[in-house]
Amino acid sequence: MSAAAAHDHGHHHKESFITKYIFSQDHKMIGKQFLVTAIVMAVVAVLLSVLFRIQLGWPGESNSALSFFLGDTWAPDGVLDRGMYLGLVTIHGTIMVFFVLTGGLSGTFSNLLIPLQIGARDMASGLLNMISYWLFFISSVIMLYSLFVETGPAGGGWTIYPPLSIYEEATPSSGLGMTLWLTSMTIFIASSLLGSLNYIVTVLNLRTKGMKMTRLPLTIWAFFVTAVIGVLSFPVLVSAVVLMLMDRTMGTSFYVNDTIVGSEILEQSGGSPILFEHLFWFLGHPEVYIVLLPALGLTSEIVSTNSRKPIFGYKAMILSILAIAFLSFIVWGHHMFITGMNPFLGGVFVFTTLLIAIPSAVKVFNYITTLWKGNIKYTPAMLFSVGLVSSFITGGITGVILADSALDIAVHDTYFVVAHFHVVMGLSAIFGMFAGVYHWFPKMYGKMMNAKLGMVHFWLTLVSAYGVFFPMHFVGIGGAPRRYYDYSVYESFDTNQLEMIIDLNEIISVFAIIGALAQAIFIFNFFYSIRRGQRAPQNPWLGNTLEWTTPVDHMHGNWPGEIPTVHRWPYDYSKPGMEEDYCPQNVPLMEGEEEEH
Amino acid sequence: MGMKLIVLVVIVLAVIAVAQLMRVYELSSKLKGHKEEDIDLKTNNINAGLMLVFLAFFFGSLIYMLAKYGNGMLPEAASEHGVSVDNLFLLNWVIVFAVFFACNFLLFYFAYKYSYHPDRKAYYFPHDNKLELIWTIVPAVALAFIITFGLITWVKITGAASDDAVVVEIYAKQFDFTARYSGEDNKLGYADYKLVNGDNPLGVITQEFIDGRVVEIDELIKGNQAKLNDVDSSRGILSAASEIKYQAEIEKMGRIKERIISMKATMGDSAYSIANDDFTAKTMLFLIKDQEYQFIFRSQDVIHSAYFPHFRAQMNCVPGMRTKLKFKPIFTTAEMRERTGNKDFNFILLCNKICGKSHSQMNMPVWVGTADEFKAWKEASAKMVVGGDEEEEVEEGAEEIVENVEVLEPQH
Repeated sequence: MSAAAAHDHGHHHKESFITKYIFSQDHKMIGKQFLVTAIVMAVVAVLLSVLFRIQLGWPGESNSALSFFLGDTWAPDGVLDRGMYLGLVTIHGTIMVFFVLTGGLSGTFSNLLIPLQIGARDMASGLLNMISYWLFFISSVIMLYSLFVETGPAGGGWTIYPPLSIYEEATPSSGLGMTLWLTSMTIFIASSLLGSLNYIVTVLNLRTKGMKMTRLPLTIWAFFVTAVIGVLSFPVLVSAVVLMLMDRTMGTSFYVNDTIVGSEILEQSGGSPILFEHLFWFLGHPEVYIVLLPALGLTSEIVSTNSRKPIFGYKAMILSILAIAFLSFIVWGHHMFITGMNPFLGGVFVFTTLLIAIPSAVKVFNYITTLWKGNIKYTPAMLFSVGLVSSFITGGITGVILADSALDIAVHDTYFVVAHFHVVMGLSAIFGMFAGVYHWFPKMYGKMMNAKLGMVHFWLTLVSAYGVFFPMHFVGIGGAPRRYYDYSVYESFDTNQLEMIIDLNEIISVFAIIGALAQAIFIFNFFYSIRRGQRAPQNPWLGNTLEWTTPVDHMHGNWPGEIPTVHRWPYDYSKPGMEEDYCPQNVPLMEGEEEEH
Repeated sequence: MGMKLIVLVVIVLAVIAVAQLMRVYELSSKLKGHKEEDIDLKTNNINAGLMLVFLAFFFGSLIYMLAKYGNGMLPEAASEHGVSVDNLFLLNWVIVFAVFFACNFLLFYFAYKYSYHPDRKAYYFPHDNKLELIWTIVPAVALAFIITFGLITWVKITGAASDDAVVVEIYAKQFDFTARYSGEDNKLGYADYKLVNGDNPLGVITQEFIDGRVVEIDELIKGNQAKLNDVDSSRGILSAASEIKYQAEIEKMGRIKERIISMKATMGDSAYSIANDDFTAKTMLFLIKDQEYQFIFRSQDVIHSAYFPHFRAQMNCVPGMRTKLKFKPIFTTAEMRERTGNKDFNFILLCNKICGKSHSQMNMPVWVGTADEFKAWKEASAKMVVGGDEEEEVEEGAEEIVENVEVLEPQH
């Protein structure tokens, strides 16, 4: 279909409810579908975390919230069941990492912004895009459903290490719950791959006239590289998952060797649980950047727009993204320093892992320099972007400690690790996502979100997020292992530490609850504004990128008439010699003006 | 149920109430001509100010926690390599804190200082190669330091144990640890998971254990055969499924028996005696101060992790694999109690890899004492792997030490 025909199509064809809102092939609608699904998933994941935080903060105490949500089966007398505790932890991690921060983040913003910012009528394949969403939806439903099976959801941690996750005899949750987990994830990965292929093809082939790769907004660079990482790493997780399914159902021994589970002696021989870890982390580490890079891309754009300044070091930012992406594939072993891996190999992974700190540092300094001498407008999106930079710094530097194998051996699998990855990956990505929603909400729904509520949401979230994860570092350095139902074992060896752990765990849980409640402000603001928000102007933040040249009301094909031609990079903010402090990409260069970057 | 309904109704009503309030706000701001995308100067300044307030709170809370809990964290390292690990920590912390304070300060300070002012125009500053080069090179140099010192320590930790190191096996299963000492020959007897049974929980290979296990398997097969016959004689609804189950079990145990017998054929006679001086302990891992240990880790069922926080040591126990780690305790438990000022302090071995429901209860107390205390403890508490039921004479004078140790033994 030619561009013009697509455009006509948008104008004259009246769509039915089903093709417009449900089986839509329009990238903007699909982006919104991803977002709303991810919000639902996030609400569930946050609720799960509150439930297990109640146990950790007030171990063994009866709590009516636990009985309310989990009933007598999983919280007899209001005390959380040990098996369910692990189930909650596992599903919280899985939903957050994959469904919210991968599907939700990339799915929403890659879909919404790639065609709009590169100047395309739609994604390369609307059909694949629609299938991608519906696979995501189905996998979400299966994952949620697994919470309701009799033997409980998967409870081996989101990393599902075998043999624990293979055999029901090892733990009851490795029965139907695990089967559903594996099924859901396989479908999820299919969704993610379809999406990623589409993003890559669209960015490479459908850029408008003048939109050179070096004129792409950093958002697009981030989405593009993220998609490449996803395409290269997710298939490895599929194979890991499929091999595990075979071990579970066909008696193969990819991950099993000389094992007795329960009282059952297994014949499987010759496999290795460590093989799974290698396969898992070959995805698992790049996954961190699949989650992070889109958030960094979104906030680069937002920081620049709201500082009314070009992003500092555009090319260095691109190179950093590329360097991070490349390195992300050769660092997975740092999750496995203590698996018995050859120490020399461990040393190599120390080296490659710490190298990632260099491009990350460059990004941080470039963000900070962008703020320097800016003229900063604190929209909620900008606030969350500042939050992201802070959490990226704070979480990133503790990574230096964990990457150092000699130190990792002392804190591996403790709360220090939990604190580290929640700050650097969880907070940064979720701050990036919030920033993105606040910033592009007008583009998604043609309405404005309430800014004041956004600000309250930000400050409450920032304070409670650090309130949760700051003390957690201390718990971890104290040597407290993660995935412990309680710390009563400390009574037998160090009561001083036990006191500290109990103290801090309570503080953490209080902040976790405040933080969770604060999200209600966002949810309310989001859905209220969809219905009743003030109508958005075409370019509310006075941005340079192409999406702000499209009409406020959505249409198929995005632009009435011609697609704009691009003449400049996206960061001409406050350029000397210009009257306005911004200059959209489709404005031709003035006479004598040099293109900067 | 009624309670849940009430809660739901209250939530719904609350949302409606808030929505109505919002409506009032929206209408009044519309009257005032307020535009949501324009952040007024006052609001902008409030947010900018909050950046500074937050910065103070942020740094303040870190300093407060360091002051309050800095000492509540892990006590000083009690192993030889642990001291180098702690020094490395220190080096890393210095760099980490410097970066943390500097970067967060710049971030929030700039966020405060350069907040919007209508009379100002932002400074157009798209790039500066020199600056960018500096902040590529400076982190690179700092990281070179970290990597170098890190790897030096890593090599120290993972290098081969000395010839004097005593070999001890830590055997993990859901949800406990067992220690197996290698005895006088300092060699652990071979082990195989197929031999694991009540008499031989670690599956150690000896002539008797193999023979005993073969007999046991024969009996299991016989038992299943009998059940199979019962099924045959009383053809019930479930009979077909049970038949398949028992038949499969019989065949499987037959195959395992075959494997055990063929294993026996490949073992030399001398291999059987290695385990003779091995002894095990389940209630406590007893280590001697200043003695280097070479630990071998095995797991029976799922991945566990043997975590010795006070010795800064950790290694996964992987089913079907033997992993290893060495360390040398440098303080006795008594000395450590003195150093920490905590008379109840004990060393511990914790499971630190999710391994099922009772993961958080899987641990083993660790005791560090002198060689004499060890000898006394061994004679009182350790169980010989082979013929462990026989009573052994307790040496004179040792009883007292054992009692002492037992008094100090942590209560479970």
